Amino acid sequence: MNHGVPCRSALGRDHAASGSRPRALLQMLFALFLAFSGAANAQAIDPLPFKDHAQEVRFQNLTRQLRCLVCQNENLADSNADLARDLRHEVFGLMQQGKTDDQIKQYLVDRYSDFVLYDPPVKPATWLLWFGPALFLLMGAALVLATIRKRSRAARIDSRLVDNATIEQGDDW
Amino acid sequence: MTPELGQLALILAMLLALAQGVLPLIGAWRGNRALMAVARPAAAGQAVFVALAFGLLVWAFLTFDFSVQYVADNSNLALPWYYRIAAVWGAHEGSMLLWVMILNVWTVALAAFSRQLPEEFLARVLGVLGIVAVGFLAFIVFTSNPFARLLPMPPDGGDLNPVLQDPGMTFHPPVLYMGYVGFSVAFAFSIAALLGGALEQGWVRWARPWTNAAWGFLTCGIVAGSWWAYAELGWGGWWFWDPVENASFMPWLVGVALIHAQAVTEKRGSLRAWTILLSIFAFSLSLLGTFLVRSGVLTSVHAFASDPRRGLYILAFLAIVIGGSLLLYALRAPKVAGGKAFAPLSRETVIVIANLMFTVAAAMVLLGTLFPLIGDALHLGKISVGPPYFGFLFPLLMLPVVLLLPFGPFLRWGKSEAAPLKSVLLRVTIAAVACAIVAAFFVDGQAKAIAGVAAAVWCGVGTLLYVYKRWREMPRGRRYPAEMAGMLLAHFGVGVFLVGVLLSESLSVTRDVRMAPGDTQTVGAYTFRFDGVHATRGPNWHAEQGTVTVLRDGKTIDVMHPQKRTYPRGQVQTESAIDPGVTRDLYVALGEPMDPNKLEGAWALRLYAKPFVRWIWAGGLFMMLGGFVAGADKRFRARRAAAKVAAEPVLPAKESRA
Amino acid sequence: MSRSLPLIGFLLLVGLFGFGIWWNTRHDPREVPSPLIGKPAPEFSLPLLDDPGKTVSKTSMLGKPYLVNVFASWCIACGEEHPVLMAEGRTLGVPLVGYDYKDAPEDAKAWLARHGNPYDMVIADQPGRTAIDFGVYGAPESFLIDAKGTIRYKHIGPFTPEVIERELKPLIAQLKQEAP
Repeated sequence: MNHGVPCRSALGRDHAASGSRPRALLQMLFALFLAFSGAANAQAIDPLPFKDHAQEVRFQNLTRQLRCLVCQNENLADSNADLARDLRHEVFGLMQQGKTDDQIKQYLVDRYSDFVLYDPPVKPATWLLWFGPALFLLMGAALVLATIRKRSRAARIDSRLVDNATIEQGDDW
Repeated sequence: MTPELGQLALILAMLLALAQGVLPLIGAWRGNRALMAVARPAAAGQAVFVALAFGLLVWAFLTFDFSVQYVADNSNLALPWYYRIAAVWGAHEGSMLLWVMILNVWTVALAAFSRQLPEEFLARVLGVLGIVAVGFLAFIVFTSNPFARLLPMPPDGGDLNPVLQDPGMTFHPPVLYMGYVGFSVAFAFSIAALLGGALEQGWVRWARPWTNAAWGFLTCGIVAGSWWAYAELGWGGWWFWDPVENASFMPWLVGVALIHAQAVTEKRGSLRAWTILLSIFAFSLSLLGTFLVRSGVLTSVHAFASDPRRGLYILAFLAIVIGGSLLLYALRAPKVAGGKAFAPLSRETVIVIANLMFTVAAAMVLLGTLFPLIGDALHLGKISVGPPYFGFLFPLLMLPVVLLLPFGPFLRWGKSEAAPLKSVLLRVTIAAVACAIVAAFFVDGQAKAIAGVAAAVWCGVGTLLYVYKRWREMPRGRRYPAEMAGMLLAHFGVGVFLVGVLLSESLSVTRDVRMAPGDTQTVGAYTFRFDGVHATRGPNWHAEQGTVTVLRDGKTIDVMHPQKRTYPRGQVQTESAIDPGVTRDLYVALGEPMDPNKLEGAWALRLYAKPFVRWIWAGGLFMMLGGFVAGADKRFRARRAAAKVAAEPVLPAKESRA
Repeated sequence: MSRSLPLIGFLLLVGLFGFGIWWNTRHDPREVPSPLIGKPAPEFSLPLLDDPGKTVSKTSMLGKPYLVNVFASWCIACGEEHPVLMAEGRTLGVPLVGYDYKDAPEDAKAWLARHGNPYDMVIADQPGRTAIDFGVYGAPESFLIDAKGTIRYKHIGPFTPEVIERELKPLIAQLKQEAP
């Protein structure tokens, strides 16, 4: 049985001792400054006997939302890691048993924690994540509204200025 | 000896950068012309020495000087010469050198093309750039020396990561850096403006072409990277919301906001403080993007080895540069709202709204990227934030922008009438709805695809309507000034991009199949026939190469050759085969043999049909072109105009006191 | 005030990054804590490496605490850990169960023959199916399971003498007090 090396060279399924990271890892730093690096060298192509195309699509969508624990910058669909393959087959098996997507996700969360979900569940720990942007938007919108009101009131008081501006420019660009 | 020369050159460059960073600023402060005059020669000298160091590193790679650690790590005797040159920026140390060299390119260009700028202002701008260069050069010299020796010299080196051995990848980092670093110019302008006093407003006009060009480069770099990911990684994906991608995307988003805010400030005098702040943000996010991924902070996602010493240096540098500029902003930013007033229905208003959306989008990306770290800090547990999060929130935030896009050009500065807008609304709505209905028949009722067509037509037709309006109303020669043409190209690009994204995402078909020679599989209207695998080799790899014949209606349309390459150090790299097309790409990747001992037997293959996927990059290229064309407007270069604006600073608006 | 908001936000970020640098020097960023701590260990029934006819199950192990150590002959880090287990395994005071993960039995036997066998028994999970129930995502990993069959502790990565001294031994002492 050949286990090969599941993702980028030195990062195998081994939990390497933290102090002894091989020098080869430094080479991978190159990927850090390049914008697009989330990739293993070889890809996971894994033909499975799906019932129909709809199930295949469902499988692809689901495994794309799950994170590989070995090559942690890859999803289950794309990862070539051995464990990713096992988990893909597990997901496939659960699908054949008629489990829903949510049940399958829960199955993996029970074993590997929320870390496997690329789509973090909404709960108090993730409120900041999910509602933070809305908060930014509200604060920004309040600021923008205040600015527009202030400036438009100014425009009304000195309406000459606005008219002059548009007329005098001719080509309003 | 040459590596030591390189190191010496870097040290000299650092000293010159120090001179460039300190003396002109003192000169501008004390009004000492001699000190200000140091800026140009120091910048030129620094550029010469950095270029020398860079050249020496290239030379070390070309001559296989494995006594240099960096060369030994990233190249070997079998690596072709062009990839040996690309290997210069193939890892951390050399890429930092490239960064500094590009900073020098921008600085020298600025020094050469900005002779019309007031002396003090230029001294400050070059001084700020000098300080940035000092930070980078010191980082290289003290923590990331590319010339460090490896003794005894090994007979052969390691390898450049095979992922990098691709033409797209050699080209992607320099262009991306041109974008990142280009924002340093807008940054330096705004810092110089803050230092010089809030009333100095001419700077925005001078900064605009530089910002546009930098943004164009950044767009190009992102497009190149995305294209490479698609063509090279073998997943057929083009964007993964990976932290490293996000790092390049945040400055891009803020860059979009900045370009528009600069237009408002330059033409109307409004949003002055905001434009300054955005200039600081854009460059800060570029620094963050370059740095954070190397500092060990984002390793929580990437599992890369990192040196905490580098991390601390980076953090200190960021704190000084960004913290310093934000402190300066807090102290010196213009306090009163200046410029001409505007009504709620005006071009200013939509630009402000778009600015808000782009800034919030950038903040969202930042939050999502850093949230796993926040989770560690607050003990919320290990959390992954990935494509489902970004892919859900980003389109929501961009929806208002897409909806407003057709109206932007039609709106007038200051105050607009509603009537012309209503007619635009009517026309784009009719066009979008009509096309959506037609599309619905072709795409099998897929809501996302229909929305894609509608959104693209909305943007595209809106832009074309304005093109038509100018054509009808303006005399020849005055119809499309470069600045406007750039805007129209970029806005049109948004439409093209939307077609690519929404159609390819909703209509793509992916299949992982097992195929024995002679087997056929059908994906959409295409039949793929697998004709077996044979061995082949390249300059420094050997590969198994599949032959896949694609047929449509019984006629052969292409013979594709996906490869699985093995490089000298045993790294395996998939090379997908792509049959490109305007309306669809066909894409084949070779997996593993089903039986490892029977290469002539069945193999696992991945087959894709991706409709309109190319439009994604085409849209990006339109946007890039827009940035360059707008930046090339003669108006920005006219010496008279610049001098005039400098001479009469925009009045602090009386009306704001009301 | 509003002019200094960006600065304040940035200072928060600096604090976060500083924390990140500090945190990552102390933790392996790739480590994913198990959600199974404090929960009943999954049911398992696995053959012995040396005698595949016999199986060991969760039920058969109830009644006393034990330490499960996931290893494999292909695993490089396990080789680093191995001398530690050889030296300290017998002094722990609980049975040390080797869990041979996704490994060919001959390879594992040869590996143990070459490096020595610190285990009281070795169970084999060649398909790796049961390992998924345990949330194993690499090797080495170790689980401390108490007398009632509850997972009390998981260590990801190789044991070092310090980790054994600091984390494992006090916990084992505690478990022994719970179930004399």
